[in-house]
Amino acid sequence: MAQTAASDAFVAFERVQKSYDGETLVVKDLNLAMPKGEFLTMLGPSGSGKTTCLMMLAGFETATHGEIKLDGKPINNIPPHKRGIGMVFQNYALFPHMSVAENLAFPLEVRGMSKSEREEKINRALDMVQMRAFASRRPAQLSGGQQQRIALARALVFEPELVLMDEPLGALDKQLRENLQFEITNLAHQLGITVVYVTHDQTEALTMSDRVAVFDDGRIQQLAPPDELYEKPQNSFVAQFIGENNTLEGVIEEISGNNCTIKLDSGEIIDALPVNVSAKGERTKVSIRPERVEFNKERLQEGAHLLKATVKEFIYMGDIFRTRVSVAGNEDFIIKTRNAPDQRRLIPGEELEIGWLAEDCRALDA
Amino acid sequence: MSDASTDPDKIEGPTPDNAMRAAAAADRDDGPMLAADGTPLKRSLARSLRVQKMRALMLIAPLLIFVLVTFIAPIGDMLFRSVENQIVSETLPRTTRALADWDSTSGDLPEERVYEGLFYDLFIAEARKEHTRLGTRLNYEQTGMSSLFRRSGRSLDDVSDIYLDQFEDLDEAWDEGRPWAELMGDPEWIAEQEAFDAAEDEGQMPRFQLRDGIEDVLPRAASTYETFARFAQVEDEDSPLDEEPWGLVHTALYYDLMEADVASYDGPQADLLQAADAAVGGFESVTFKEGLLEIDEDWGSTETWTTLQMYSPDYTSGYFLNAVDMQKTADGPALRDADERIYGLLFQRTLFMSLVITFSCIMLGYPVAYLLSTLPARSANLLMILVLLPFWTSLLVRTSAWKVMLQQQGVINDVLVWLGLVGDGSRLVMINNQFGTIVAMTHILLPFMILPMYSVMSTIPPSYVRAAKSLGATNITAFRRVYFPQSVPGIGAGSILVFILAIGYYITPEIVGGTTGTFISNRIAYHISSSLNWGLAAALGSILLVVVLVLYWAYDRIVGIDNVKLGG
Repeated sequence: MAQTAASDAFVAFERVQKSYDGETLVVKDLNLAMPKGEFLTMLGPSGSGKTTCLMMLAGFETATHGEIKLDGKPINNIPPHKRGIGMVFQNYALFPHMSVAENLAFPLEVRGMSKSEREEKINRALDMVQMRAFASRRPAQLSGGQQQRIALARALVFEPELVLMDEPLGALDKQLRENLQFEITNLAHQLGITVVYVTHDQTEALTMSDRVAVFDDGRIQQLAPPDELYEKPQNSFVAQFIGENNTLEGVIEEISGNNCTIKLDSGEIIDALPVNVSAKGERTKVSIRPERVEFNKERLQEGAHLLKATVKEFIYMGDIFRTRVSVAGNEDFIIKTRNAPDQRRLIPGEELEIGWLAEDCRALDA
Repeated sequence: MSDASTDPDKIEGPTPDNAMRAAAAADRDDGPMLAADGTPLKRSLARSLRVQKMRALMLIAPLLIFVLVTFIAPIGDMLFRSVENQIVSETLPRTTRALADWDSTSGDLPEERVYEGLFYDLFIAEARKEHTRLGTRLNYEQTGMSSLFRRSGRSLDDVSDIYLDQFEDLDEAWDEGRPWAELMGDPEWIAEQEAFDAAEDEGQMPRFQLRDGIEDVLPRAASTYETFARFAQVEDEDSPLDEEPWGLVHTALYYDLMEADVASYDGPQADLLQAADAAVGGFESVTFKEGLLEIDEDWGSTETWTTLQMYSPDYTSGYFLNAVDMQKTADGPALRDADERIYGLLFQRTLFMSLVITFSCIMLGYPVAYLLSTLPARSANLLMILVLLPFWTSLLVRTSAWKVMLQQQGVINDVLVWLGLVGDGSRLVMINNQFGTIVAMTHILLPFMILPMYSVMSTIPPSYVRAAKSLGATNITAFRRVYFPQSVPGIGAGSILVFILAIGYYITPEIVGGTTGTFISNRIAYHISSSLNWGLAAALGSILLVVVLVLYWAYDRIVGIDNVKLGG
């Protein structure tokens, strides 16, 4: 998705900084622009500043510096209840003393809606999450998944254009989580709402989002659609954080346009795509996805560099085979192969030569 | 979103919902669940838990026994006093028996036999010094009873001496112990008693025994002599052989001889008795009724007898009626005169002031508890210490401090005068009245309100209020609709605690309450330690206990006791 100009963005962070103690910045110079209707995920390890960003957007935290704009208007000084932003919390935050219907009626009541109008909207929202039958239950009488559906319905019932979700599926088991991921993305696209979704689960981020902002150390490390994020990580943090990744370290021997030659610390020479390295002699971390490693020489380019590898472990995982090999001093080099009829199963102790396409091997910052 | 496969109720496999469904289905299975060895699961579970239960019981046993012995039992005994009334029937057994079928509404005085019974009972009670205690007891119900009993006890001899003197005049032997003992006593007992007297031993005298058959000849005299002889042996430690009997015995003998025929009597002292029998016809005599009326004319008032009859049963509702400003009358319970009613007012005042104190504690405590629950840990700890500070100071010191603060020459009045808000001549009266009690007790009970509120509030996640605000609620609405309802259990717990403590509070109202700020507990203490009317104190205490239990029950019905949380 094309970078949206800050001026016509629906949600925009402009040079936002946040500090709690006046000594350290938890958010450092954040710039972000989202078009209307986008599903954006803030992904990052805990303490990376992603939740703080969400809270600033919701109005529960104030930015120390910089401006947050919603639909072109600065909202720094607008209290949370006037922002009209729907929010789903990690622990659901359903009011325990109210029934499901009362929980959903709450945002409509405070907006002074008539009873008939309220009922219609509540029913529509409950239908959306298929929870109509539970309208009279108390939250405590619902399972975690059901509570999260209600929390979702409550955040949507007053038809906000922007919905924030703070790790909404964190407390659910895997299967339920996958179902709800699917439901949430479907709903968001159906309703055309803009969603900012915070999670530390990269699978969730990749499967749900239009774009993912990877946070670390108070900065966005990379903001890109999931495929780009996975296939073309811009730095070694993103490469490590998203998906499984093999890393080899070395020094740039030669660099020219889309290609560079790297001398690994173990002495071998490999080809790579320079991403954020610029000069000869610079140290670099090379990143190769396990599924892009090839040991069938016929599929490799003519003259590609090959490395000697020793098979250490073969793990059968059903749909894929996961093979751990020792390459260039790296004992934890992983190769993933598809479980296909003609696929070779490597045997521990076996020695072989492996290689990859130069464009799959990204030379990143050290 | 209409995809059925995403509905948690339609997914197959191990989801939490399916697990719940499986558990519910298992519950519906017919028949009891069986353990692996085929015994019903319930029984085998109970067996495996029995050891644990026994262990738990052993652990609480010391406290349980301690509480039972030192607390529950004495309280039960104390409360029992509120209905217990055996003193009347124990002290005046003959009277109460004879009085049972007297009709108090007829307006007639009781029959002679009632007076006779009263004379006997009073005479014996006087010898045992029990008649004043009974007088005090009956004085609670009708003033004047105490002096009536005391005066009567002093003057009973006036009546019995009439007979005593005439028997003496007849024969000096009637004035001596020995002939009486031979007439009445079992020969074996006389021999034992003689041996005992001769030995001059310390220790238990041989217990007096009536001679076989004497009761049939002289029923009244035998019975009264037996009482006398036993009394002389136990209380005075005198030998009945040497002691002249009470005039009561002579009186009884007179009435026996007037009725019985002793011509065929051939036991010891037959001559003496037959001589007396021949003479008694000419004795001067007075009926018991006349005699008692002579001693005190109150015995001629039906009111006295009505009271006596009303309090004859072993158990009475009198104390309770008294405690609710009522009294027993011949027509059933009736309200006392308006100027004699005090307990209704005291109960009302106690309830009203406890409510005011509870309410002020809520108003003052709620913001503090809220702040405590939202502050960061370090500041919260400091504030908590300030809240708990009163706990570490003696109750008396705190109450006395309020006395210093609030009195007319006290700190607050001085400041107000200095500021010119109040004239020096019109200093405010803030102590020794209701205001002082409310101020001091609110201060003392405040921690009991703050602590439960705090522990409930600290469990309310901040995300609820955030959620409410994100849904469009203003701060006030979010508080009113979301935060406050969840803090209600804390208010409930605090209120119950404070209210129940306040309703039975004693020390503070005693010190700062004056006359208008005292509680029912002060009155109870008065009856326990000053007026010694323990029955009334027990009745007042029982009513207080019942009021608290009723309020507790009502609270449970309205708010639900499950909603009360002291933490967690």
